[in-house]
Amino acid sequence: MATITTSYNRRSFLKVSALSGGGFLLGFSMLAGFKPAEAAKLPADWNELNGYIKITSDNVIKIMSPNPEGGQGVKTSMPMIVAEELDVEWKSIVVEQAGLDTKHFTRQFIGGSQAIRQGWKSLRTAGATARQMLREAAAKQWQVAVEEITTEAGKLYHKASGKSATYGEMALEATKIPIPQEVKLKDSKAFKLIGTSQKNIDGLKIVTGKPLFGIDYQREGMLIAMIVHPPAFGLKFKSFDASSIKKMPGIKDAFPIKIFRDDYEKQFFDTTTFGEVVAIVGNTTWEVMQAKKAIKIEWETFEGYTQNRNMLGRKLTEKIPAGLESTEEHSAKMIAMQGKEATLRRKDGDPETAFKNAAKVIERTYTGPFLAHNCMEPMNFFAYVTEEKAELVGGLQKPEFTEQALSARLGMPLEKIDIQMTRLGGGFGRRSYAHWLIEAALISQEMKAPIKLIYTREDDMTAGIYRSTYSATYRAALDANNNLIAFHVKAGGIPESPLYANRFPAGAVDNYLAEDWTIDSNITIGSFRAPRSNFIAAAEQSFLDEVAEAAGKDPITFRLELLKRAKENPVGKDNDYDPTRFAGVLELVREKSGWEQLKSKRSLGVSAYFCHDSYVAHVLDLEMKSSEPIIKNVWCAIDCGIVVNPEAAKNMAEGGIVDGIGTALFGNMTFTKGVPDSNNFNKYRMIRHKEAPKNIEVYFVENNIDPTGMGEPAYPPVFGALANALYKATGKRFYSQPFQTDLGKM
Amino acid sequence: MAKFNLKVNGKIRKVDIDPTTPMLWVLRDHLGLVGTKYGCGIAQCGACTIHLNGTAMRSCMLPVSAIGNQEITTIEGLSENGDHPVQKAWLEHDVAQCGYCQAGQIMSAVSLLKNNPNPSDEEIESAMNGNICRCATYTRIKAAIKTAAKK
Ligand code: FES
Ligand code: FES
Repeated sequence: MATITTSYNRRSFLKVSALSGGGFLLGFSMLAGFKPAEAAKLPADWNELNGYIKITSDNVIKIMSPNPEGGQGVKTSMPMIVAEELDVEWKSIVVEQAGLDTKHFTRQFIGGSQAIRQGWKSLRTAGATARQMLREAAAKQWQVAVEEITTEAGKLYHKASGKSATYGEMALEATKIPIPQEVKLKDSKAFKLIGTSQKNIDGLKIVTGKPLFGIDYQREGMLIAMIVHPPAFGLKFKSFDASSIKKMPGIKDAFPIKIFRDDYEKQFFDTTTFGEVVAIVGNTTWEVMQAKKAIKIEWETFEGYTQNRNMLGRKLTEKIPAGLESTEEHSAKMIAMQGKEATLRRKDGDPETAFKNAAKVIERTYTGPFLAHNCMEPMNFFAYVTEEKAELVGGLQKPEFTEQALSARLGMPLEKIDIQMTRLGGGFGRRSYAHWLIEAALISQEMKAPIKLIYTREDDMTAGIYRSTYSATYRAALDANNNLIAFHVKAGGIPESPLYANRFPAGAVDNYLAEDWTIDSNITIGSFRAPRSNFIAAAEQSFLDEVAEAAGKDPITFRLELLKRAKENPVGKDNDYDPTRFAGVLELVREKSGWEQLKSKRSLGVSAYFCHDSYVAHVLDLEMKSSEPIIKNVWCAIDCGIVVNPEAAKNMAEGGIVDGIGTALFGNMTFTKGVPDSNNFNKYRMIRHKEAPKNIEVYFVENNIDPTGMGEPAYPPVFGALANALYKATGKRFYSQPFQTDLGKM
Repeated sequence: MAKFNLKVNGKIRKVDIDPTTPMLWVLRDHLGLVGTKYGCGIAQCGACTIHLNGTAMRSCMLPVSAIGNQEITTIEGLSENGDHPVQKAWLEHDVAQCGYCQAGQIMSAVSLLKNNPNPSDEEIESAMNGNICRCATYTRIKAAIKTAAKK
């Protein structure tokens, strides 16, 4: 048993007994606003043991889920971790989404597959602390030693005297117990709930169409708002004629808004493509959509400029160039950069000499386009800003950062800002950049009314904050015995580099060189499911396949040999990965896919990658039907430590695999003179039912390592597995995403 | 503006609106039925799928003036307590990730099974191809449809 010292102080463990009406609990439940009957059913006398746990005297146990839920399953898995240590039955508890509450919770955000990894200790501690307080309350009342009190399924027992009580019966007393300075956490072998599959906590609400999402939120007297942003990157707002639309039915007003103050120093997630947009406000969505089509706005080009950004204390200066950029010129610029000098990121041994002395040198260049996130629920937010307070409701990934940005923009202290989090209709990184929340607040402030801002799909797809476009050139040197003696990667992008210099095969090759470069752009980018890994893994894993082939080796054996080297005699010190765990997923996927038996019969592609502290390997099996790949099977092996909710984790991995296949085949955002060439799903191809794999099998490496990332790691390696399988099936290597372009030429 | 008496989920609902308004926004803005989702507005994603006389239909390009006497069913009206066999199959397979597309997926699946109680894999793929799931839950959707078909 691990003993853990509680780091909570009084402030973060606010104890409010008999919280009247549930206090903030019911206050932020959007469902309470919709369905008074459901809210009324909930009992009022919550005894709050800590920020995560409330129990009523008649034994209703509520566990708060601190992090926003956007499909990663944290609203189920995080409370499961609390329930495990609290020792309650899963089916007996109520789970509720917490609002943004920096006093009680830390890291209330989605990103980097971090929720479970970071929350592991605090969630367990919250459960264990509450259980301990309940035991002490029982010991006190029954006049026995606390060590003699056992618990099971939400009840307290004293075996010797035969006494027992429900948690609810002791809850009020427990709130009077001082917070223990130390608690014991369960041994992972004793877990009863963690490691069992529990269904999505919102499942029934989803299949019955309940109002769960920001876009569903409604309020008495609420107006609908939309924005019009410049039609091209490189343009800014000049002027507009409101008279053209003000007489249209249902239209209330139209006005320009500036998202940030001119003197504001931007922080981490304060990205917005267009600093000034025109807002249109009316009674209903359809009416505002009509006005949006009719409005006349003038735009103008802007001069290039620089802006400073404060990245959690680190100052960055970003150059935003003028101009209307096109994909053609981006491609030419990236090719040119590959021939120029780049920034050195890592060097081991003497790569120059090794390449000179090589028996064989292989060089290949890979490219990936800009990508749009295309969350199924377009960006939106509810806002009601008055002189006294700002009320905001919707789905976002980084509420704490956004709250600060809004506070600066409105000149309103944080205490007066209340952000309530709904379920997210997808995030994938896009909802980290919540400029639309600020836009909603400014529109509400101007209208002095509650409003809901909705982006049309076209607004959503053309407002920027894409994944970067990237390019990477790899070189590998083999000696006369087909040993890999040198490895060189030179990668860059517009405007961001995809390089991770310390990842595999760094550490496994004597002579290693990693360099990168970037090109400025006025097209904005942001985090995108498994940032940078989502491109570099594809390039690297396709390249390694080709190197293995040149060396006359099986691609799995080739990788395992390199990993063996990295384990036994690593080159350099800063290698990111654990070679044993890395090899473990390759071995597992080799076994589960029947690789050795099938590889000569079928078109199999393999790939393995490490990111977000987890290890994933895929084997993909496909057949060609004229120029279309039919993906028959994907076998996936994952090492993400302890799996909290296996079925939900499988669902995430399946989603990552299918999403990765779709992006590799079709994902593409191009530009012509600053204008995005795709603005809706008729022009931006998404993977659909027909193209999804026919069968996916997911296997987890069983171990007792604390859980690591799950939302992202299955995504990056699938691109490479697909490219390598396509090569087997077609005899052609796929170097440029989307693969569809080259497949179409076949 | 024009007055319409719409049959929605077995009830008559009266609205007085611009006759070009698509059913999607009539449901969401005027009738408070927000289970039907907006995804693209151009009949490309299926998030807005409803039933017109029992057949799946994209509501985002369907003007209210075209409805007439036809019966509209939305996800809210599919069953009393979420116990339609397709809804139950969705829960059994724990299909949803973010969940945003799933009302549309379910409405398409129900319509498919009504016309073809035992669809093959290919028939499922064809019938469902108009419904995008950004979270890419396609394999689970297919499995859930097969489970529902058995019931
Ligand atoms: S919203 Fe109707 S099909 Fe996309
Ligand atoms: S579950 Fe998220 S779009 Fe389908």
